[in-house]
Amino acid sequence: MTTKLFGEPVRRREDLRLITGRGRYTDDIGHGALAAAFVRSPYAHARILDIDVDAALDVEGVVAVYTYEDLYGPMAEPLPVLIPHPQLTAPRTGYPLARDVVQHVGEAVVMVVATDRYVAEDVCDRIAVSYEELPVVVGVDAAREAVHSVHSDVPDNVAARHHQETGDVEAALAASAHTLSFTQYIERSACMPMEGKGVHAVWNHDDSSLRVHTSTQASTSVRAAIAAKLQLSLEKVEVVAPDVGGGFGVKIVHPWPEELLVPMAAMALGQPVHWAEDRREHFISSAHEREQRQEITVGYDDEGRVTALDVRGWHDNGAYTPYGIIVPIVTATQLVGPYAIPVYRVRIDSVYTNTVIVTPYRGAGRPQGCYAMERTMDRIAQDLGLDRAEVRRRNLIQPDQFPYDHHLTFQDGRPVIYDSGNYEGLLDKLVALVGWDRAEERRAEAAARGKQLGIGMAMYVEGTGPGPYEGGHVQVLGSGKVLVSTGLTSQGQGHETAFAQIVASELGVPIEDIEVVTGDTRRFGYAVGTFASRAAVMSGNAIALAARGVRAKALRIAADVLEADVDDLEIDEGVVQVKGTPGASIPLRTVAVLSNPLRYAFDEAARQATQFAGPGDDSKPPVAVGDAPGLEHVDYYSPIRSTFASGAHAAVVEIDPTTWEIDVVDYAVVHDCGNIVNPMIVEGQVHGGVAQGVGGALYERMAYDADGQLQNASFMDFLMPYASEVPDVVIDHQETPSPLNPLGLKGAGEAGVIPGTACIASAIEDAVGRRIAAMPISPTELYDLVRNPDAERVPAATTGVPA
Amino acid sequence: MKPAPFGYADPTSLDEALTLLTEDGAKVLAGGQSLLPLLSMRLASPATLVDINKVPGLDTVAVSGDGVRVGALVRHAQLLHHPEAARVQPLLARATANVAHPAIRNRGTTVGSIAHADPSGEMTSVLALTGGSVTVATPEGSSAVDWADFFVGPLETSVHGPAVVTDAFFPALPPRSGTAFEEVSRRKGDYAVCGAGVTVTLDDDSRVVSARAAYISVGLVPEVHDLTEAVHGRTVDQADWAAAGDLARTLVDPDGDLHASADYRRLLVGVLTERTLARAGAEAAGRTA
Repeated sequence: MTTKLFGEPVRRREDLRLITGRGRYTDDIGHGALAAAFVRSPYAHARILDIDVDAALDVEGVVAVYTYEDLYGPMAEPLPVLIPHPQLTAPRTGYPLARDVVQHVGEAVVMVVATDRYVAEDVCDRIAVSYEELPVVVGVDAAREAVHSVHSDVPDNVAARHHQETGDVEAALAASAHTLSFTQYIERSACMPMEGKGVHAVWNHDDSSLRVHTSTQASTSVRAAIAAKLQLSLEKVEVVAPDVGGGFGVKIVHPWPEELLVPMAAMALGQPVHWAEDRREHFISSAHEREQRQEITVGYDDEGRVTALDVRGWHDNGAYTPYGIIVPIVTATQLVGPYAIPVYRVRIDSVYTNTVIVTPYRGAGRPQGCYAMERTMDRIAQDLGLDRAEVRRRNLIQPDQFPYDHHLTFQDGRPVIYDSGNYEGLLDKLVALVGWDRAEERRAEAAARGKQLGIGMAMYVEGTGPGPYEGGHVQVLGSGKVLVSTGLTSQGQGHETAFAQIVASELGVPIEDIEVVTGDTRRFGYAVGTFASRAAVMSGNAIALAARGVRAKALRIAADVLEADVDDLEIDEGVVQVKGTPGASIPLRTVAVLSNPLRYAFDEAARQATQFAGPGDDSKPPVAVGDAPGLEHVDYYSPIRSTFASGAHAAVVEIDPTTWEIDVVDYAVVHDCGNIVNPMIVEGQVHGGVAQGVGGALYERMAYDADGQLQNASFMDFLMPYASEVPDVVIDHQETPSPLNPLGLKGAGEAGVIPGTACIASAIEDAVGRRIAAMPISPTELYDLVRNPDAERVPAATTGVPA
Repeated sequence: MKPAPFGYADPTSLDEALTLLTEDGAKVLAGGQSLLPLLSMRLASPATLVDINKVPGLDTVAVSGDGVRVGALVRHAQLLHHPEAARVQPLLARATANVAHPAIRNRGTTVGSIAHADPSGEMTSVLALTGGSVTVATPEGSSAVDWADFFVGPLETSVHGPAVVTDAFFPALPPRSGTAFEEVSRRKGDYAVCGAGVTVTLDDDSRVVSARAAYISVGLVPEVHDLTEAVHGRTVDQADWAAAGDLARTLVDPDGDLHASADYRRLLVGVLTERTLARAGAEAAGRTA
């Protein structure tokens, strides 16, 4: 059977297209369009004194030059604060083109439109912008000290003070048998999709409509933003996310200045305009993530059970807050992970710096939270001389405690109530998978080879699939083709395959007959977007519900034709048949034809649905009251709250004590995302996430200097790991279905990246016996650490042997 | 990331190329693996690229008992997979294996990377360590330039005005000698954080008479350091290669950058020196035996 595909490792249908160069990305669309390019600020903080474009206007091929002065109406207003929050008391956003002051290197100041990108860049070179430099704030500590301010009307540089608590933490700490406090840092990285951003806009003068292709994770909302900013009626704007070469979060932010400016130019010039972000632009004008300072105080008993946890954090949100304080909220609320923390207080200040904005990057604050919690677990174990796995085990939420209410408020405004989980199961599987109990043996064996071996683990819980909703449309055509659409977008996750599997299983049709379209507002106008590991949970369930609607209707029509009871029918291989009665059947495609009563027989299939084609019941209207023509259904899924996926990772590192090179020799993942639509896709997501986790732990950082210049804004110096740096990953699955949605799904998209920094830090610390308090860490930094006499020593662990 | 306007010419003879290069702002294009990114980032904007890929006679590896002469259009990959060249001077294959990634080795030229004079390039140091030279063709004629006279500073050579480096000559490995090459890089195929190429030569009694090293990404121009005094007169088994590593640390003056502090580079100089000398010594002993 090719129709019962839910849970099967179906090969990704989109891959042939994507890996043979037949993907269609924004840069493949609209050859011959005018090209936009941007003059961007070379300073991290400066006042614009003058913009001289005279020399630029002589360049052959220049079409238009725009500065802030050319913006009008809503375009001249600041960009939206997409996700307002009561604690975001000083939100600030930039303008599509800088108005008076630039707040980071890379902020767009002038847009040039020319006959092609080469000419456009020539024009940019001739535009002279004069600046008065202003004091620069780089890094959370400088932001906290607030000697200088990023925004003159936010003197303390604090955009928001996020604060949640579940009890009297000070009293609980005072009553704890043990307490310890420590400070740690985590650095910036960024999404770095292979395809940067890109926008192509066509203004149709004849019907005053705008079609925009953009490399986005949220086409419906980009559409609404463009309509609002360019003062167009919504139905006159179409936004399509074509093939998108990776998103990882950066493309959920919208509208990017370019998503407004390029359509604006297309309208003004009456010609298609195109912009493709280059890599340097991506580094200095998109978004970064991760930088935080964390001060943690934990109380615990003699057994290592946490009695109180107090986290004080500072989150670097960059120059502006267009995406609100989602990242620090996620850190604050997901930090507690799989553990029962009796009293928890978290206070995170989100602070401005003169750097690129910080918005969700795969994991979206969770890697930082996991780093805080898991390093705390390690410290408790070290302090009490206990095995690190054992300390975790003692703190886990137990299977009979679900639903588990943390009494926190999540990023979607809903309570953090874990729907289901089996965390001890994860830990048991992980310990077995990585050979935790053999760690000392392996340590000795590595030592004999001159290597220092260390092992570390980290566990996490990830809120996935937040609302408010997604929808799905399923339609069976008279040809037998099944059209499926949903409004959220795809960036390579395999949605075409996973959604088709769901429809094949729900509807009983061959997967080959199913076509899936995502992120095209012409096909589906209502959507939220692709983020927070929500596509399978949200659109998967919506599409399943839509398919169930189609199935019900098909059975109703077929029951009439076959003169059978609906309950006696089944659909398999695209044929409706009476169970156990071979021959008593009707193809679904014929049902589709019959579902639409026709007057005109435009083809042979249609003939069957015309008014003289067969005996009809002339006592009823051809389309029943409350019914609609066609075999199609739209449905929506809107969850009461997020589902909570979970997992546990372990890393084994070997360190060369002569060069301090760090080699991740084993990486084990146990993963629970509820019911799995396609295990191959889930494993691929985990692999990719682990690669980014390794990158964040060992290679990637945004090296800003004190002047706010990004020193490594290229792939030569920003070290994304190659395949050669990413360890082989062994994966074990656990499936604890979510009770919250029809398919029992939880999200899987971000999981792989979350514990990387925490578990690799733990492993390195275990190997070298020095406290790791800042990540990522490179060999040169490890060398500095091990030879620093003041570096805190960590008691030698005995791993896998409970004390 | 689009280059500024530039002219392009693809001459079919060396004379034609040299004539074109007399024009202001003309620059040689061979494999393009360093030049084209510089153009795209507008860090370089030559008036004309003189593409020498159609100039005949520059694409050969000529191996003799004296050494290996590598033409200006020989790709790293060609040298990497050239057994005869490797027999006469093993450092060539050992070093080119560390040059970036296969796609870059397939296009990038060995001579081009030498002419580019990047101190983090492998082949500049190999030219230095082997005591090699380049042939520089100018409208006035061709002449050999010794490596020590060729490298002036980072990305800077002594050659100015219209010129094409038509080949590089790497002298053969002397008898009773061994070599080794090793790098530490942040990611496989990256520019080395530190690299070392070494040769060890033994006398008739299998005692070390020469131990020399050149480093990658250490110093502004390639430097050859004679480490013989630390191990002179010792057999390979007796030699204190770590002492040679310690000596090397005192001789270099590395800079720090985003990926490595100066101290860390100095550490690696010692480690890589010790490791490579030990291997080269063993190889020399094997050849002597």
